[in-house]
Amino acid sequence: MVVLWTDGLIYLLVVMVTGLGLYMRGQEHLRRPWRKVTGSVIGMLSLVVLLFFVIIGLLDSIHFKASGKSNEIISVLDYWATPLREHQEKTYSAPFSAYLYNKELMISESGQQSWGYPRLVYGGRHLQDPASEKLQDIAVKLSLGLLKGAGLFAVFFVLLWSLRREQQRTLITGRAARAVWLLLFLLSSGSYALIDLSGYYHVLGTDKVGEDVFYQTVKSIRTGLVIGTLTTMIMLPMAILFGILAGFFRGWVDDVIQYVYTTLNSIPSVLLIAASILMVQVYMANNEQAYTSVVVRADMRLLFLCLILGVTSWTGLCRMLRAETLKLREKEYVQAAQALGVRQGMILFRHILPNVMHIVLISVVLDFSSLVLAEAVLSYINIGVDPTTYSWGNMINGARLEMAREPVVWWSLGASFLFMFTLVLAANLFADTVRNAFDPRRVENV
Amino acid sequence: MIQYIIRRLLYAVPLLIGVNVLTFVLFFIVNSPDDMARMQLGQKYVTEQAVQNWKRQRGYDLPLLWNAQERGSERMTETIFFQKSVGLFLFDFGISDSGRNIGADIKQRMWPSLALALPSLLVGLLVNISAALLMVLFRNSYLEVGGIVLCVILMSVSSLFYIIGGQFLIGKLLKLVPISGYDDGLNAIKFLILPVLISVVSGIGSGARWYRALFLEEVEQDYVRTARAKGLSEIRSLFSHVLGNAMIPILTGVVVILPLLFMGSLILESFFSIPGLGSYTIDAINRQDFAIVRAMVFLGSVLYILGLLLTDISYTLVDPRVRLS
Repeated sequence: MVVLWTDGLIYLLVVMVTGLGLYMRGQEHLRRPWRKVTGSVIGMLSLVVLLFFVIIGLLDSIHFKASGKSNEIISVLDYWATPLREHQEKTYSAPFSAYLYNKELMISESGQQSWGYPRLVYGGRHLQDPASEKLQDIAVKLSLGLLKGAGLFAVFFVLLWSLRREQQRTLITGRAARAVWLLLFLLSSGSYALIDLSGYYHVLGTDKVGEDVFYQTVKSIRTGLVIGTLTTMIMLPMAILFGILAGFFRGWVDDVIQYVYTTLNSIPSVLLIAASILMVQVYMANNEQAYTSVVVRADMRLLFLCLILGVTSWTGLCRMLRAETLKLREKEYVQAAQALGVRQGMILFRHILPNVMHIVLISVVLDFSSLVLAEAVLSYINIGVDPTTYSWGNMINGARLEMAREPVVWWSLGASFLFMFTLVLAANLFADTVRNAFDPRRVENV
Repeated sequence: MIQYIIRRLLYAVPLLIGVNVLTFVLFFIVNSPDDMARMQLGQKYVTEQAVQNWKRQRGYDLPLLWNAQERGSERMTETIFFQKSVGLFLFDFGISDSGRNIGADIKQRMWPSLALALPSLLVGLLVNISAALLMVLFRNSYLEVGGIVLCVILMSVSSLFYIIGGQFLIGKLLKLVPISGYDDGLNAIKFLILPVLISVVSGIGSGARWYRALFLEEVEQDYVRTARAKGLSEIRSLFSHVLGNAMIPILTGVVVILPLLFMGSLILESFFSIPGLGSYTIDAINRQDFAIVRAMVFLGSVLYILGLLLTDISYTLVDPRVRLS
C-alpha cells in the first residue's frame, strides 16, 4: 500500500469527522439541529448523494503499487475499473457507439480499400451488426443490471427490516426516510447497470486520445472532494485561532491580525494563487529528482493547491469569527467566568469556541461547493491541478474547443457538467439545510 | 473630511508595503532569479552566460536585500527589493520578461476591460435586485419557492459552462453575435453583448439570493411594519422603505469592487478574446511572465485598498448614523 500525502490527510480528516460526530452525539444542543437536518427530505437526499460521492472518493484514495511490470501506483477504484482503464480507443467515439468518430481508410478482408468509420476496438465489439442489435442489447443489459441492483438492494432492505423492525420503525416509515430509500434504490441499481454496461460499451464515449470519459469523470470526483475538504481543513485552524484571538484580546493582537488579513485580502486571490502556483512549478522543475513518479508529483501539486487556496480563503471566516467573539466576550457568562478567575485559555476553549462553532460549520458547508467550482476555473487558467490529474476542470479545458467540430463532440463536457452539477447542487442544498438548522437567528429555531 | 481621508491614505501605506513584501518573498526568495532564468530559457541546456545576460537585462543581477559591495545608503538601494519596489510604488512597472513596457500595455488594455466590466456590473445589479425584490414581494408563495430553487440550480453550474453554452447556443447555432473578438469604438458593442449577458446570467443565482437575504432582514423591521400599518401598499413600502434602507449594504458592496473593474474578468476576456487586462494576466500566467504577474498583483491590491477607502467614504455619505472617526 502506498500512502500519498493527500491520502494521509484524507484519512486524518475521516478520523476527525468521526470523532466530531461522536462528540456531537453526546451534546443535546447539537443533536437538536441535526435532528432537523435528518427530518428534511431535501437535506437527507443531498446528504445521500454527497455520501455516494464521498465513498467513490475514498475508494480512490487507497493506493497501492500495481502488480506486474508497469509498477505504477493505482487505487482500489482503478483496480476495479481495470477494464475501463485498458479499453483504450484510437480517438473520439460517441457514447454507446460501436464506431470511431473519424473516418479512416480501411482494408477489408478481400483486400478492397474503402473510406469509412472503423469499428471500435472495445466498444460494442461483441456485436455482429451494431446497427440492428445495439439498441436491443443495451436494453437487455440495462434491465439486467437494474434487476441485479434491485435484487441486491432488496436483500439488504429485508435484512434491515427484520433487524430494526421493533426498535426504529421511523428509519423506514418517516417521510425523509422513504425518500432516502427510494434514492438509494435508484443509486444502487443505476450504478450497477452503469458498471455492467461500461464493460461492453463506452457509456460516455471516449476523448481525444481514446480514453473512456466515464472513467475520467469518476476519477475526477476525488479531485473535487479533495479540493473542497482539504482546503477547509487547512484554513480552519488558522481562521478559528486568529479570529477568536483577535476578537477576544483586542488591542495589538487584533491590530496585527487585522493587518495580516487585510493585506492578504487586498491581493486578488486568483493572482495570488497564480503567483504561488508559478513558484511551485519553478520549485518542482528545480527539484525534479524528488518527484520520481507522475502520481506523486501530481499529488504534491494538488496538495499545494489546497494549501494556497486555504491561505487565500481563511480571511472571510476569520473576520466573521472576530466579529462574533467581540460580541460574545461582553456576554454575562464570559464576564462571570472572568470574575471567578477562570484562566483565559479555558474561557476561550469552553465558553467562546463552542459558541462560534455554528458559524464554522455553516461556512464550511457553504465553502465546499464554491471550492469545487473554483477548481474548474483555476484548471482552465492552467493554475489548477496538474494536467495529468483527472479533474473536471481539465476535462472541460480539454474539450471546450471541440464544440466547434461537426458533429459536435459534446460528451466530455456533458459528463463533467453532469457530475459536477450533481455534486455542487447536492452540496448547496445540504448547506442550505444545515444553515437553516444551525443559524440561531432563524425564527423557527428560537 | 479631508483629514479623515488623509489618515485613511496613510493607513494604506503599511498595507501596500505588506503586499509588496509578500510578493517579493513569493517571487524572489522562494525561487532565486537563477531558477526563473532557467525556467524561461529552457530547463537543462542553458549556459551560465545566458542566465547572467537574462538577469542583467531585467535588473535581476543585484543582491536580494543587502548589497555589501556598495557603500552608504546604496547598500540598501542597489538591491532587487528596493529597485523593484520603488518602481511599483511610482506606478512604473518596468518592462515585462518579453521586453514590452508593462505600464503602456496596462493603459491601453484598461479600456476594453472596463467596457466589459461596467455594463456587466450595472445590468447585473439591476437584474439581481429586481429578481430579489420580486421574490420578497411574493414571499411565502410558490413563486418564491420556485425562485429559490432556480437560484440554487443556477448557482450550481460552473461559470465555464455558461460561457461555453452561451457561445455555442447564441454564437454558433443562432449566429446572432460573433463568437469572439473585439473592435474599437462603437463597433465593440456587438462583441460585448454576449459576454455581458453571460456574466449577468451566471451571477443571478448567488446575487439574487444575497439581495433577497438583505431585503428579508429589512422587511421584518419595525419601521416597515409601521409603514404597512399606516396603510402603505406593499409595493410602496418595499420600494421606498425597504429598498432605501437596504441601499446601504448594497452600495458598500458595489463601491468596494468599483476600482477592481479595471482589472477585468479573467475567464470571460480570455474566452471571448477581448484584449483587456484579464486576458493580459492570463497570457502572462501562461507564458510565466513574472514581471507582469507581479505588476498586476500590486495594481490589484492598490485598487482594492482604494475600494476600501471609497467604501468608508460612501458610508459616511449615505448613512447619517456613521460619523467620521
